[in-house]
Amino acid sequence: MPSFVIAEKCDGCKGGDKTACMYICPNDLMVLDPNAMKAYNQEPDQCWECYSCVKICPSQAIEVRGYNDFVPMGANVVPMMGTEDIMWTCKFRNGVVKRFKFPIRTTAEGQANAYLDLKGKELGSELLCTEEADGTTLPTPQELA
Amino acid sequence: MALPNKPVGELKAVREPEVEKRDVDVLIIGGGMAACGTAFEIKKWADDDTKILLCDKAALERSGAVAQGLSAINTYIGDNKIEDYVRMVRNDLMGIVREDLIYDLGRHVDDSVHLFEEWGLPVWKKTDDGKNLDGKKGQKAGTLKSGATPVRTGKWQIMINGESYKRIVAETAKLALGEENILERCFIVEILNDKDDPTRVSGAVGFSLRENKVFIINAKVIMCACGGAVNVYQPRSVGEGKGRAWYPVWNAGSTYTMALRAGAELSMMENRFTPARFKDGYGPVGAWFLLFKAQTVNGLGENYAASDDAKAELAKYAPYGTAAITPTCLRNHLMMKEYKEGRGPIIMKTSDALKKLGETMSKKELKHLESEAWEDFLDMSVGQAGLWCATNTEPEKKDSEIMPTEPYLLGSHSGCCGIWCSGPDEDWVPEDYKWGYNRMTTARGLFTAGDGVGCSGHKFSSGSHAEGRILAKSMLQYLKAEGDKVVGFKETDQELVDMVYKPVYNYLDNCDYSTAEDVNPNYCKPAGMAMRLMKMTNEYGGGTATYYMTGGKSLEILMENFEYFREDLEKIAAGDLHELLRAWEINHRLYTVQAHTRHIQFREESRYPGFYYRGDFMGQNDEEWFCFVNSTYNKETNEWSLKKVPYHKIIAD
Repeated sequence: MPSFVIAEKCDGCKGGDKTACMYICPNDLMVLDPNAMKAYNQEPDQCWECYSCVKICPSQAIEVRGYNDFVPMGANVVPMMGTEDIMWTCKFRNGVVKRFKFPIRTTAEGQANAYLDLKGKELGSELLCTEEADGTTLPTPQELA
Repeated sequence: MALPNKPVGELKAVREPEVEKRDVDVLIIGGGMAACGTAFEIKKWADDDTKILLCDKAALERSGAVAQGLSAINTYIGDNKIEDYVRMVRNDLMGIVREDLIYDLGRHVDDSVHLFEEWGLPVWKKTDDGKNLDGKKGQKAGTLKSGATPVRTGKWQIMINGESYKRIVAETAKLALGEENILERCFIVEILNDKDDPTRVSGAVGFSLRENKVFIINAKVIMCACGGAVNVYQPRSVGEGKGRAWYPVWNAGSTYTMALRAGAELSMMENRFTPARFKDGYGPVGAWFLLFKAQTVNGLGENYAASDDAKAELAKYAPYGTAAITPTCLRNHLMMKEYKEGRGPIIMKTSDALKKLGETMSKKELKHLESEAWEDFLDMSVGQAGLWCATNTEPEKKDSEIMPTEPYLLGSHSGCCGIWCSGPDEDWVPEDYKWGYNRMTTARGLFTAGDGVGCSGHKFSSGSHAEGRILAKSMLQYLKAEGDKVVGFKETDQELVDMVYKPVYNYLDNCDYSTAEDVNPNYCKPAGMAMRLMKMTNEYGGGTATYYMTGGKSLEILMENFEYFREDLEKIAAGDLHELLRAWEINHRLYTVQAHTRHIQFREESRYPGFYYRGDFMGQNDEEWFCFVNSTYNKETNEWSLKKVPYHKIIAD
């Protein structure tokens, strides 16, 4: 189900410091045509439908069209990313529409604790940094063959 | 006059790329869960002046197998015994596993899961009266670390709202390592050996996907974790849909190939995974089996897996086949039997399952259940949701087909191929399983985690992260003890540039010869080579074309085809940077799938019925083959060596 870019909506992220879809695509598919200032999927048959480009696009210019070798036409699945939740609209071929909302994270973006001040003590032990800090005892197998 | 051919991509490749040299102590290759684990952990233990660099061919925020998200964490020990985790993995992988590595992973994995929750990953909770709370509402039940009860779908899995799982994990990896120490869109293609001691690694070379630039990196110790291998066998969808692989299509076998070419020993590469998934969309079935208790039936509507016939079939593979939980490969085996005997397709009775659950539920609860079913897809396999919409499939009204996929190679999910690694240096670990540094390969200074570590499957996302953290410490131990023994590699800058950019030279030297870009007798293009590789493995190496069946003569023909292929890779052409990426990926895929099929050729039995069969050696032969198979490759002479390696049982039955 390759992603595609709606020409009218894409502005090539000209106001941003990077082309969002090109920045994020894990498979290097999204690319900016600098003359048209529009992005496009340069290799649709390598698209995993991970929706990374769809979710990140600031103009909601990217959607996904079902793979033409097995998906009947007419359906659409569209996400709307928030800071805490994601909203999905699933439109069926027969017109049925389902909407779902799921939480995506419980902390503010950028606020995850990376334990920047934590320094481990014993490099020779098998304990990980937070295990050592918690005073964990390293388990060893008790039911040996 | 014909117009000159021009590259299809926007970022044209040039003959003389810029060269950027880096000199670091620690190089991390990859950006998935394992590499993020290393990135989080390593600075906690490193001296302040230790130079660390992470190279990722994608963007950390959405790279690796968790890019899209996940709806469950499949390894959380919780109240279970670590010994039972080892037993489960051992049985699922037909007995031959590294129990030291599995136990070691099991004792650390929960710490990573607790961090994920602290970082903001919503984890479902069970209330005292047995109700499920999603990750947001579940917060009031407390954290897993403080003793709250997760929602278990199976003994080892817990449910999450995991759309942003990778973004959260990448966020702390970036914060911990420092953005200035991360190179995104840098594809490392070869690990280099030390000139004084070739058994040691001393650097790596790669290129930028955004500008014409080759990176030449000196490093004293290296961690390589770039996932498994996908599109090494012809997928069931061969048009646009070939990207809709079950495992991420960008996993190109880079982990195994780079380690192999650096001299590291691979192990159990014959193992593969051909998961049964919803047909075509490859959506997950775990929640349907475990959470919703759905049954599968054959084309005649029979519950084939519960038949006497199936029980008799499974008894042939005792003790694995008769264990309480049937190993994944044998569940596939039963399906294959239905297909081959004309009783396909296999249907998952989603309608019955939801109807049954609805009998004891309120309308509101049922609505929530429906939402859970959709979230399972929307979190990790949106395309399956799209396929359901396109085929008007409401699971409470219409059942869906499931089918085993094409083969994938991986070491972190329910497969165990990978690199032969040292276990922890502790008394309970057998002598030949440890050589000083936990998770170091047999190439000194080269470490791996996640899909890279062989013989220890079922670590999944959480285990891969924990494993990345484990080796962060052992890399620093190596750096302290042996770092000054690393001298540097013998290759000159120009030799390395010529190697990395050879596909560009091939293109520029020949592209004017014909009028059609892709048809030129002087070079081959990555897209065509990808199809060629997948056709030969599919037909001769036990792909879907033969119901995963292969044999001695087929494998002999396959090896001959591989050799033509390897020679032709000298002529692969790339006109732009995206195509250069594909050219190197197909190179990595070749060596990885060759290792896979060479192992199948060497192991004269069918250890994993349902994943693959040797028609000439059907069934398991424990007397001769209850052992690991390890392989090495000499890149100077193009010679492979394979051998048996003894298995040691560590944990009692």
